[in-house]
Amino acid sequence: MKAWLPALLAGRLIRLAWLLPLAAVGLFTLISLAPIDPVQAYVGGRTSQIGPEQRDAIAAAWGLDRPAVERFANWLGQLARGDLGQSITFNAPVMQVIAARLPASLALIGLAFVLSFVLGTALGLVAGATRGRWPDRVIRTIAVVMAASPGFWVAILLVAFFAVGLGWLPACCATPPGQLAAEVTLADRWRHMVLPVATLSVVGIAPLVLHTRQSLVAFLDSPAARHLSAHGATPLHLAFGPGLRHAAGVALTLHLAGAGELFGGSVLAEAVFAWPGLGQATVRAATGADAPLLMGIGLATLLFVFAGNLLADVAARLADPRLRGPA
Amino acid sequence: MSDATKLPLCLPEHLRRPQRRAKRHGIVALAILGAVLAGAVLLPDGALSVNAATRAQPPQPAHLMGTDLLGRDIAARTLAALAQSVQVGLLAAGASTIMAVVLGLAATFGRMADHVVGLLTELALGLPHFVLLIMIAFAMGGGTAGVVVAVALTHWPRLARVLRHEAQTIAASDYVAISRALGRSRLWVARHHLAQPLVPQIVAGFIVIFPHAILHEAGLSFIGLGIEPHLPSIGVMLSESLREIMAGHWWVAAAPGLGLMLVALTFERFGEALRQLSNPAGEEA
Repeated sequence: MKAWLPALLAGRLIRLAWLLPLAAVGLFTLISLAPIDPVQAYVGGRTSQIGPEQRDAIAAAWGLDRPAVERFANWLGQLARGDLGQSITFNAPVMQVIAARLPASLALIGLAFVLSFVLGTALGLVAGATRGRWPDRVIRTIAVVMAASPGFWVAILLVAFFAVGLGWLPACCATPPGQLAAEVTLADRWRHMVLPVATLSVVGIAPLVLHTRQSLVAFLDSPAARHLSAHGATPLHLAFGPGLRHAAGVALTLHLAGAGELFGGSVLAEAVFAWPGLGQATVRAATGADAPLLMGIGLATLLFVFAGNLLADVAARLADPRLRGPA
Repeated sequence: MSDATKLPLCLPEHLRRPQRRAKRHGIVALAILGAVLAGAVLLPDGALSVNAATRAQPPQPAHLMGTDLLGRDIAARTLAALAQSVQVGLLAAGASTIMAVVLGLAATFGRMADHVVGLLTELALGLPHFVLLIMIAFAMGGGTAGVVVAVALTHWPRLARVLRHEAQTIAASDYVAISRALGRSRLWVARHHLAQPLVPQIVAGFIVIFPHAILHEAGLSFIGLGIEPHLPSIGVMLSESLREIMAGHWWVAAAPGLGLMLVALTFERFGEALRQLSNPAGEEA
């Protein structure tokens, strides 16, 4: 019974071993279908200065004059050596672009993950404990409304209110513009994170609230909870005591499995706040027809989702020993 | 015995009167949909045009939601944009529902097909939803067609899973075996035993996909990979508003997002109510 973790890891690694190549072929096919000419996207407004010979030279330098199968083979060969190719928009190796921008995104996603988990679980427990009364109704209404709000619109409203209207918080970027990296204080960095993290937390909170509420309601109807309340435990005591233990494992599992969606949300949040992370790079790669960078980001986010799902599986088994049997 | 009348209160709220709830949400959602489509058609000529005399005005009786930097009325533009979004959303959600039906039912045709559908599902869920949307929209070269294809290709897994499960349960049931033993053809069984219970699920699935479709459409348009910028769309309006809120023009962003949220919210509620109605056991909360 104790050996559930290696078995789980082995099973998931086998899945990754066939998922990754399939996804790579799929992504490459998708990206080579794009009708956008990368050379034209690169040349942009300088059309008059760059002649057809130079265009051909650029295309040849990027290997665009060769057939797609050959390009894919080349790309795979590079990948085997740990090289994801050269980003067109950033004019740097894709690996380097991702490595430089991932920490900024992970900081947002990590903080939002923790914040939405704590808030979502707590609100869900309160809603479940006050089932049918006004706090429950208010919390559920907020959760449902949040789920239906476009995250980037919430971000714009936050900027309009807190940055422009009240002037409390900065509206853009990870650091004050025009300052050298060495001059930026830690307090500055935190101040710049508040609004993006708040935006991103909105994305993950609604399903968590509703789900936690649901599992607490199920617990409160159980004989164990009835027994405790016969001894005088109030619903709120039950919710944040045994109810929390009952609901937290499921909530964490759900939240980890949804962590990939936080990356999706961060693409939009980074677009609003000009946050120098991987989400912004995704948008620039897509609008600049930067195929190598898009491939790299696709694979990186695939691994991100995979890691989230794996952690979710581990969390589920840690929380509920009954799941530890053969999956 | 007076306690017995209070018993239904112990039921979870959503199980109390699911039919009436679904009807109420349905009427609200369809009324809003109708109002948006009719309102966009009935907009007076010139309501969307640029007017230098009324630039960047806050909400006031003549312009209920204010005007933008080019003097365009935000309320009228929001209505036109919503109509555009709703049409794109309906088209994309419809295409996605058809994909879900085809793939979900294909999974019942045999082991091989089931594996292939499982594989496609894994792949579609392997990337963050929005990243996959960006990739497909990019592959299509952006634009309205790109949005429709991207949304259609990414929203089917959940409904396909439900349909697959349902179809396999029905196919394995005794009454299907008895029907077959009585000499009914496969087609007859498919028509009478499979189609009938699945239709409500499919309708509910379509309604649930629709709000996601319009929200994702707006997201794609917002980052410049969606509906062409010269057409009024919520995503484009919000991305334009980004430049104006720094000048304190909050109203430029308020109305488009609020409109989109209202449409998404009402359909989300309608879809959930329908889903509970078609799946009373509440298998998945």
